[in-house]
Amino acid sequence: MKKFLAPALGVALTMGLVAASPSVSQAAEGVAIPSHSWSFSGPFGHYDKIQLQRGFQVYREVCAGCHGIKYIAFRNLAALGYSEDEIKAMASDYLIEDGPDDDGEMFERAGKPSDLFPDPFPNEKAAAAANGGAAPPDLSLIAKARAGGPDYTYALMIGYEDPPADFELLEGLNYNKYFPGHQIAMPSPLYEDAVTYEDGTAATIEQMSEDVTAFLMWTAEPTMEQRKETGIKVMMFLIIFTIILYIAKRKIWADIH
Amino acid sequence: MMNNPVVKWIDHRLPIITMMNKELNEYPTPRNLNYWWNFGSLAGIVLVIMILTGIILAMQYTAHVDYAFDSVERIMRDVNYGWMIRYIHANGASFFFIVVYIHIFRGLYYGSYKAPREILWMIGVLILLLMMATAFMGYVLPWGQMSFWGATVITNLFSAIPLVGDTIVTWLWGGFSVDNPTLNRFFALHYLMPFVLVGVVILHLWALHRFGSNNPIGIDAKGPQDKIPFNPYYTVKDAFGLGVFLLFFAGFVFFAPNYLGHPDNYIPANPLSTPAHIVPEWYFLPFYAILRAIPDKLGGVIAMFAAIAILFVLPWLDRSPVRSGKFRPVFRIFFWLLFIDCLILGYCGAKPAEGQWLWYSRIATFWYFLHFLVIIPLLGIMERPRTLPSSISQPVLEQPAE
Repeated sequence: MKKFLAPALGVALTMGLVAASPSVSQAAEGVAIPSHSWSFSGPFGHYDKIQLQRGFQVYREVCAGCHGIKYIAFRNLAALGYSEDEIKAMASDYLIEDGPDDDGEMFERAGKPSDLFPDPFPNEKAAAAANGGAAPPDLSLIAKARAGGPDYTYALMIGYEDPPADFELLEGLNYNKYFPGHQIAMPSPLYEDAVTYEDGTAATIEQMSEDVTAFLMWTAEPTMEQRKETGIKVMMFLIIFTIILYIAKRKIWADIH
Repeated sequence: MMNNPVVKWIDHRLPIITMMNKELNEYPTPRNLNYWWNFGSLAGIVLVIMILTGIILAMQYTAHVDYAFDSVERIMRDVNYGWMIRYIHANGASFFFIVVYIHIFRGLYYGSYKAPREILWMIGVLILLLMMATAFMGYVLPWGQMSFWGATVITNLFSAIPLVGDTIVTWLWGGFSVDNPTLNRFFALHYLMPFVLVGVVILHLWALHRFGSNNPIGIDAKGPQDKIPFNPYYTVKDAFGLGVFLLFFAGFVFFAPNYLGHPDNYIPANPLSTPAHIVPEWYFLPFYAILRAIPDKLGGVIAMFAAIAILFVLPWLDRSPVRSGKFRPVFRIFFWLLFIDCLILGYCGAKPAEGQWLWYSRIATFWYFLHFLVIIPLLGIMERPRTLPSSISQPVLEQPAE
């Protein structure tokens, strides 16, 4: 009976591959997105906390002017290796609108670790008005919300270049090799040494792009490490469980065959 | 256990223990079932997994257009093991369809729809329809871009109905566009339908246990030597199959949880911005391809529903007295052609409906209906099946490898 198992698994796999086709076709629309190796790739992948801290610095000093990360609270930064005091200090740098108070007035106060990162604009209309009509998207989930995932985020950061001679670029847009349609409203956000890393890492465009992408993968899926660690334990259990059941099956069926 | 006086007292008045003993323990099952027969019980287990994870998710989910997306993100980030429950539920939908599609193709190959199991088969088709409705409404709940636009496209299909189409769509939406009332009723129905499914699954099992399982040879049992008790033989075999299934399932849940999903559904729904390509979940793609293959909107909707409806009458389209494809050499070729045809339809469904892909889906749609309406009835008359063995135990005893 064993020989029937192989085709069954084959069918399951085939269906899985067929299922994959939409995302493949989506990615194929623009230029192929080069794959990049990440510390968090693969079943044993982990976030590199130092890299996340560098990426957070890039976000704070470059991206945060226009893009929010509204699903992230300051307290979540503990996962990047910051201490409670550092987080408190960081949060208190932000002004948060709170209220209404007992007089019915809204007021501003210093941020607390439990606060979410405030958006750079009061609302989407204001964000669009300040950015030539296109509101900069919130970045919390961006690494999961684009075909190609973090590879795409990284490619977009390093994909700015001069348009080909025959390319007609619309007024106010910028050429990006990896953006679908190549015309993106956001101007190249990074330039050499746009930030000064505390750990002395040279702030090249590639380095900053990689760091901020890793940070954005973390904001998109802060539970990824827990998921993969749990997954390894679950798989080990299931392998042993299935082997035992196979042996039990063979033993019980021995008198039938 | 039956010697326990309390159990005896209860069983005398409500013979539930006797019933379970008869249907789950002694239940005589053909001795020659292969691993393709695992997928029925597997589908039942996946349904239970979906209901359990779904109830937990419903405790944390908010069915409101302003909060639905955020509440899902809250489950992913702040609820303990919320990410795991949600990923099990989201991938569970895909695996439910994988299991059920294999189960259906097994039934097609071995002629499990033939007399006396026609009603068993028809209830199965009803289960597929209910599953599709449930899955569709469940996909709307996270209120991402694909949720919103998928709901818009699919509900709009009903506007193709002559005269009353637009009225029906307004009634379905509870307004004049997909909006909060739509999300609310989809949530209510998505919670209700699985329990309806459980009821229909019980009918499916009831009809199954009337005559018992079909088997790879497709001939009726000639006596007790052809059957073995369900427990322990098939309980342990199903349990082993479950282990293998869970390995694949856990592989996706823990290491590729978003592989089967669409990235656009991590963008909150925006009624003012249409995605470049609106693609349904993979398990709907073959039907989506049929829908778009017909140049007329109403025709497309009819063809799509007919693709499933045709399965209801399959027991009467296939007049061959032989059940199992094993003894039908020509049928077997067409079975695999149909299987490939469905894969092609699925692939076309993921592509834009234009140029070559439109033509491939038209040819594949034509073949799909040709298979059921012409080839299957003709094969019943013209095909010369191979000689059937005289009993189930005969080939089993002679060829232990079977």
